[in-house]
Amino acid sequence: MSSNNAVTETSSAIGVVEGESLYDVDHPAPVIEAPRQRTNKTPKATRGNFEMAAWLFMRLSGVVLVVLVIGHLLIQLVLDGGVSKIGFAFVAGRWASPFWQVWDLLMLWLAMLHGANGLRTIINDYAERANTRLWLKGLLYTATVFTILLGSLVIFTFDPNIR
Amino acid sequence: MPAGTLYRGREGMWSWVAHRVTGVLIFFFLFVHVLDTALVRVSPEAYDDTVAIYKTPVVALLEYGLVAAILFHALNGLRVIAVDFWSKGPRYQKQMLWSAVGIWFILMVGALYPVLGHAVREVFGS
Repeated sequence: MSSNNAVTETSSAIGVVEGESLYDVDHPAPVIEAPRQRTNKTPKATRGNFEMAAWLFMRLSGVVLVVLVIGHLLIQLVLDGGVSKIGFAFVAGRWASPFWQVWDLLMLWLAMLHGANGLRTIINDYAERANTRLWLKGLLYTATVFTILLGSLVIFTFDPNIR
Repeated sequence: MPAGTLYRGREGMWSWVAHRVTGVLIFFFLFVHVLDTALVRVSPEAYDDTVAIYKTPVVALLEYGLVAAILFHALNGLRVIAVDFWSKGPRYQKQMLWSAVGIWFILMVGALYPVLGHAVREVFGS
């Protein structure tokens, strides 16, 4: 024990360093900045939280769509004669109620956005060339906007006395 | 399994594949469905004539397939949410998949008569 004490008293934990140190109190070593430290040369953030918002949207809209779509399937394909009863008169009867108008409008928007984001993910996964991705997503967004607008217009302007 | 692939097989991968395939099928049907519904703004006859296609036996089979795709996507989607948000979700992902498949099967048996009954009557008479 006593021999060990003699060693620790005379040497630091670092051990013996060869040569003279270049730096002392009057000549301090240059400060090394911490990684990822923001400086005025750092570009402004170009990415927000879009992907996280999209991920969350898929789950939230998914839960709502389970209710809306399964209710829709029950009404259209199962209850009261199934698909056989569907016709202009049946649509007119349902869209006479604001409840079903809101139901169908919400279902249209959520399903289209949910599906469009799903297809966006698939395009990003499988289309390897940047140009291919650009064109496929351009087509996807065009078709999505067109379908959402057309569907909304149909619900809002529906006229049971068209004839 | 080829070397260097990201694909791991088994329940996790195949449910993911099925989720993508059913999702794409449902999305493409949605475009068609909004277009056919838009015919109510053209005339009652145009809408009724088009909806008549949905009542034919062959399209009834496609509707049964659509119901199958939607129910799987819905049930597996709830499983994905449970895996993401429930602390024990990842541990029970396989059990949840087979539960979803079981519920899917029961619902598909239940949908047989409502969705395909009229087609069977039309094909075989009654």
